[in-house]
Amino acid sequence: MTDTPKIEMRGVRKSFGSNHVLRGVDLTVPAGESLVIIGGSGTGKSVALKCILGLIAPDAGEIRVDGENVAGKRGKAREKLLDKFGMLFQGGALFDSFSVWENVAFRLLHGSRKLPREEARAVAMEKLRRVGLEADTADLFPAELSGGMQKRVGLARAICAEPEIIFFDEPTTGLDPIMADVINDLIREIVVEMGVTAVTITHDMTSVRKIADRVAMIHDGVIQWNGPVAEIDTTGNPYVHQFVNGLAEGPIEAIR
Amino acid sequence: MPILPVVQGFAASIGATVLWLCQATGALSAFAVSGVSHVFRPPWYPAEIGHQLLRIGFFSLPVVGMTALFTGGALALQIFAGGSRFNAESVVPSIVAIAITRELGPVLGGLMVAGRVSSSIAAEIATMRVTEQIDALTTLSTNPMKYLVAPRLLAATLVLPILVFIGDIIGIMGGFLVGITRLDFNAATYIKTSYDFLETGDVTSGMIKAAVFGFIIALMGCYQGYNSGRGAQGVGRATTNAVVTASILILASNYILTEALFPA
Repeated sequence: MTDTPKIEMRGVRKSFGSNHVLRGVDLTVPAGESLVIIGGSGTGKSVALKCILGLIAPDAGEIRVDGENVAGKRGKAREKLLDKFGMLFQGGALFDSFSVWENVAFRLLHGSRKLPREEARAVAMEKLRRVGLEADTADLFPAELSGGMQKRVGLARAICAEPEIIFFDEPTTGLDPIMADVINDLIREIVVEMGVTAVTITHDMTSVRKIADRVAMIHDGVIQWNGPVAEIDTTGNPYVHQFVNGLAEGPIEAIR
Repeated sequence: MPILPVVQGFAASIGATVLWLCQATGALSAFAVSGVSHVFRPPWYPAEIGHQLLRIGFFSLPVVGMTALFTGGALALQIFAGGSRFNAESVVPSIVAIAITRELGPVLGGLMVAGRVSSSIAAEIATMRVTEQIDALTTLSTNPMKYLVAPRLLAATLVLPILVFIGDIIGIMGGFLVGITRLDFNAATYIKTSYDFLETGDVTSGMIKAAVFGFIIALMGCYQGYNSGRGAQGVGRATTNAVVTASILILASNYILTEALFPA
């Protein structure tokens, strides 16, 4: 069981019209590992995550979660697969029409894992406390929250139903440096404490150093480099070197 | 100027439009089939259906009522003017009732609700698409077709006939008010004539139309919202397209339904 990777992508390709976003991505994430995917904007980091979740159907290649092929899963089987996942979206993607606690407990209020309202609320309150939010935020609506608080609520929602895998889509984008650090710490703590497999996409190097066990660099639709976080400064890979040090000169072409 | 490229260009643009139209029709049909299939398969979301019934039905009452009231009034004046040309003023009550129940109640009511509801459904779902809330629903093991689209389709299809029925009554009352105050009809005679000449089929045919229009209204709102482009512009375009396409489909399907329900 332990040697089956939690997530495995082999030769995954995806094009939108003439834009070839993924050109054969191979990536393996062992259970319990925190992988961070880095890469510039528009290099297909989000598309890769959405392929794993089945939000986007890849053109070619194979994606396995716990050794199971995810392609073409429908109905109950797909629901069961998605039950393993929690995701923190870049903009929070909180439901405007629900209060904070109803957002957090969404999974427990709908569908197959439905709990009575009071119990669901109790779980939501506990998760909100875990991400550092006061009990009085529970009855606010997402529009009434600051960016940092929305991220926390999104995080609470992602962990609410005890997922095995959590995806973080640019968790620190749009936050001030201090709040970004708080969120990074929180993510690291939660990942360690819950023992989940985590995949984060970001271009924030501070985030990478805080969250990652291992780093994968994506560029031109393929994984250019993949290694432990400690090696990102010493690897000879020119892509990683350019990205980590934020250089305009290098193999990654920057349009001025 | 060489003629061949012009002809080719012309043919190509016709071809492109036809292809686009086929593709759009196919996509819309697939969306509709998927949405309807989810109406009949569990899990259902009763709270969401109730919410949509309230939003689409109850809150559209003032709009539909006003439309019907003024249309009934204007209709009475016009039919009176027309009828007086061949001394048939007495047809006003029955013709008002037939016109309202068969045509104007469902069509004008449908168009008004399209303006109110298609746009708001499209804007809401498009915003959810743009802010990744639809993706978030999926990752929370909730099928957005089931949770967002099916309840709206069901609610609109169920509630529009009721709305139109209420609109029929208000519309006939509009005609009645104008009839007795401006056209010297006797109140009792007006009501009796309306009632005597109105057939059940007049009312039910209008309600069948309304159910179809309700489906179209929710479908176009959901479809345009679901397939919205990015950003504020995408949301704006989805909203406009929803109202325009819903209105046109209502008018087109009204003709087809009228042919089917009342063959010449």
